[in-house]
Amino acid sequence: MTDCVAIIDYGSGNLRSAAKAFERAVAESGRAMAVKVTADAADLAAASHIVLPGVGAFADCKAGLHAVPGMVDALTQAVRRQAKPLLGICVGMQLMASRGLEHGVHDGFDWIAGDVAPLTPDDPALKIPHMGWNDLVESRGHPVLDGVRTGDHAYFVHSYALKPAVETELLMTCDYGGPVTAVVGRDNMIGTQFHPEKSQETGFKLITNFLGWRP
Amino acid sequence: MLKTRIIPCLDVKDGRVVKGVNFVDLVDAGDPVEQAKIYDREGADELCFLDITASSDNRETIYNVVGRTAEQCFMPLTVGGGVRVNEDIRKLLLAGADKVSINTAAVKRPEFVQEAANKFGTQCIVVAIDAKQVAPGKFEIFTHGGREPTGIDAVAWAERMVAYGAGEILLTSMDRDGTRKGFNLPLTRAIADAVTVPVIASGGVGTLDHLVEGVREGHAAAVLAASIFHFGDYSIGEAKAHMAAAGIAMRL
Repeated sequence: MTDCVAIIDYGSGNLRSAAKAFERAVAESGRAMAVKVTADAADLAAASHIVLPGVGAFADCKAGLHAVPGMVDALTQAVRRQAKPLLGICVGMQLMASRGLEHGVHDGFDWIAGDVAPLTPDDPALKIPHMGWNDLVESRGHPVLDGVRTGDHAYFVHSYALKPAVETELLMTCDYGGPVTAVVGRDNMIGTQFHPEKSQETGFKLITNFLGWRP
Repeated sequence: MLKTRIIPCLDVKDGRVVKGVNFVDLVDAGDPVEQAKIYDREGADELCFLDITASSDNRETIYNVVGRTAEQCFMPLTVGGGVRVNEDIRKLLLAGADKVSINTAAVKRPEFVQEAANKFGTQCIVVAIDAKQVAPGKFEIFTHGGREPTGIDAVAWAERMVAYGAGEILLTSMDRDGTRKGFNLPLTRAIADAVTVPVIASGGVGTLDHLVEGVREGHAAAVLAASIFHFGDYSIGEAKAHMAAAGIAMRL
């Protein structure tokens, strides 16, 4: 069976550029792999890799994901029981946390222990959202971050950030009036606060590594 | 730390670049996608398309351009011009835009910004403000390319737009646009200091020092320029190096 990366479409933002970035990474790495943007929970069973994107507010994304019939169950099954590699992006990554504190308190998947709380930079002149290119700081190595190093830039746009409760699950940070979580990971799951599909070379390295990841 | 962004802007009419770079090695210099690829390669931090297509019959062409660009450029793309209803935004986002800028439609009906931000998220709603200085320390919003006064105070307007969910403000100094004399710095600073979201300064850039001033004295988070890049006066790389040499944190 050909490997397939399923990008979950639950109505959160445009997935065209994400799909294109994955397709280019597939083509350039010479892999035989299909890229499928899908709103069909059944497709997760056939996928080898899963991408959970997300833009907007935590609760809206959660509601959108729950509104797709069977998707939350299929995702939980694929990620937690079958241990398929998962990449969460932006709010998709935040949904992996225990709780989101944006517009009320909302439960997340609780796969990465910790809360998603408002950014509170120690310099009040810093703008919210944190928008633009920031340089990454490595906390610990990970196969999906192979070749992505301290000083490499990634594109961020967010007003809330995940604070992992377990130190070893924090893989990369950036500095925005204090350390801000950039990448988290545990077992077969990894999540980026930044947008790898918009982060040019840094993003391509990460996506290419993810496609080859067999945790 | 977060880097200051440089954003080149392309004017697109009926799917063609109206005022673009005269790159000799381009197969089709009028193709926005060809120009976008060059900016991508040169290290632009984002890209902006301003659709100046007059006829609504030709609106479809911009979706095609955005779609083809998103297939080849993996950098954030903002599209503005003629965005009037949520359906326009939806089409642009589906085509591959990351952010959409709203200008005249916001002035006509400010609640549109609120509705758009609620539906698509504040991260993709940019409000474009065209302002002029009307008295010392007093700035007013203009529409229709700077011809129509509105009587609206620019600072109060920017604050209102942010309260309605604008994730970013694209501020054009209309009294400087096309003059190459530099941004209106008091205007830029007044807006940038008043709002919590990033402000992109635009209008009037003629030299690389103007970009530095926009950040240093105007307190802008990003600078947008068209002419200095289009006419080949400077490359994105030169602009970034100049700003970095002036002590501004750039992604080099």
